[in-house]
Amino acid sequence: MAAGFKTAEPLEYHRSFLKENCRPDGRELFDFRTTTLNIGSISTADGSALVKMGNTTIICGIKAELANPTVEAPDKGYIVPNVDLPPLCSSRFRPGPPGEQAQAASQFIADVIESSEVIKTEDLCIERGKLCWVLYCDMMCLDYDGNILDACIIALLAALKNTQLPEITINQETCTPEVNLEKRHGLHIHKHPVGASFCVFDHSILIVDPTAEEEVLSTAQLTVVTDEEDRLCSVHKPGGTSLSGEKLQECISRATVRQREIQKLIDKVILSVKTMH
Amino acid sequence: MMEVCGSSNVTLREFGCEQSLLSRPDGSASFVQGDTSVMAGVYGPAEVKVSKEIYDRATLEVLIQPKVGLPSVRERSQEQCVRETCEAALQLSLHPRSSLTLILQLLHDDGSLLSCYLNAACMALMDAGLPMNCLFCGVTCAINKEGEIITDPTAAQEKESRALMTFAIDSTERRVMMSSTKGSFSVHEMQRCIAVSQKASEKIFQFYRDSVRRRYSKTL
Repeated sequence: MAAGFKTAEPLEYHRSFLKENCRPDGRELFDFRTTTLNIGSISTADGSALVKMGNTTIICGIKAELANPTVEAPDKGYIVPNVDLPPLCSSRFRPGPPGEQAQAASQFIADVIESSEVIKTEDLCIERGKLCWVLYCDMMCLDYDGNILDACIIALLAALKNTQLPEITINQETCTPEVNLEKRHGLHIHKHPVGASFCVFDHSILIVDPTAEEEVLSTAQLTVVTDEEDRLCSVHKPGGTSLSGEKLQECISRATVRQREIQKLIDKVILSVKTMH
Repeated sequence: MMEVCGSSNVTLREFGCEQSLLSRPDGSASFVQGDTSVMAGVYGPAEVKVSKEIYDRATLEVLIQPKVGLPSVRERSQEQCVRETCEAALQLSLHPRSSLTLILQLLHDDGSLLSCYLNAACMALMDAGLPMNCLFCGVTCAINKEGEIITDPTAAQEKESRALMTFAIDSTERRVMMSSTKGSFSVHEMQRCIAVSQKASEKIFQFYRDSVRRRYSKTL
């Protein structure tokens, strides 16, 4: 009976739960799904992480390559994020060039990296005007069940913290870089941005960490990214029904709590990997 | 929050708008904010491709054309912001299984581009005579190094700012429909920017009203 009701009237089905201040999967309105993190999952990448939030699964791999800095910014490297939503992760994505959602997500992640200064691009410079690092950060969705932006940011942050770059020395005689793969060092992470996404139901009810189903039925979405100093790195609301300042404030407060939780989780996972070796 | 509203004087650049300037689209408008200039055209409601058909409402497609070259990832993200804002404002359920296309052509970018796109979009939708729940306007705020809020910044002011926020404000309750930010800022700064944007929105809605009135007084 319940299954039939859910298929025929999905919106009414969700409303009947929201009326009781809970959701079909048993969560309360401001509860996140269980988040699990695994780092160093890809041995061939320079840094990697796998994040699961409920069913949503994102894997992030970081590949470092050497390149020449641009003439305009001779002392800066590059960070190139890319979000991939392959047909594997959900039936709503078709093969072919990346769709609007994937492109918008890539742009959002690039904006978060720039705004939060999680890594200063100056740190990626090896020799001014001659040599720098390019970090290709590829995030791939393996299972799409809503809220990929939060999962992508966690995966990216954990993968960056896991990244070990080889030491580079420049041979003065031949002027060629020599890579010492034995000697590696970690990146300097300046900030820890963490996102929290919200959905608006029926123009007024706010829920956190929406599933794919909830995303489709909602009237607006909102993502707030904060760092450990409680500064906002992004308040991204791509449209939908309007929100008052007070509702936004509620979201921001929840996002700062989430930032603490996730930073603790990442630190714990990194520590557990260190002690294993 | 309130005292900021009272003390700060909201300054916007010279605004300009012309509606129905193109013959082919069902609605068109050009919008000028200082030296930033955007042209918008709306087609529809028209027949929709089967793959994009939605059974209970119209499909809205927004295309942003840069001055040179093909639209890039940045344009895609702006398209998403404009589309979802328009979707919330339009009464799409009145035209099920049909398509609406909004084309925004950039003519010149001198800062506050996303807000200019939003304003041009709203004027073009109005010109097309599509039923809407409310109007909306875009306001860009920049916070400079001294912590001052500059509304409707130029490209040079944007470059010098440490944070940049664009909001879409609706005309009925003056609430935030869309938000897109760059740079890091405190919660208090954001609330101040929202308050300033809400104040600026009143000026912009008055400008909408004036330009529509001027247009219809001419045709009568």
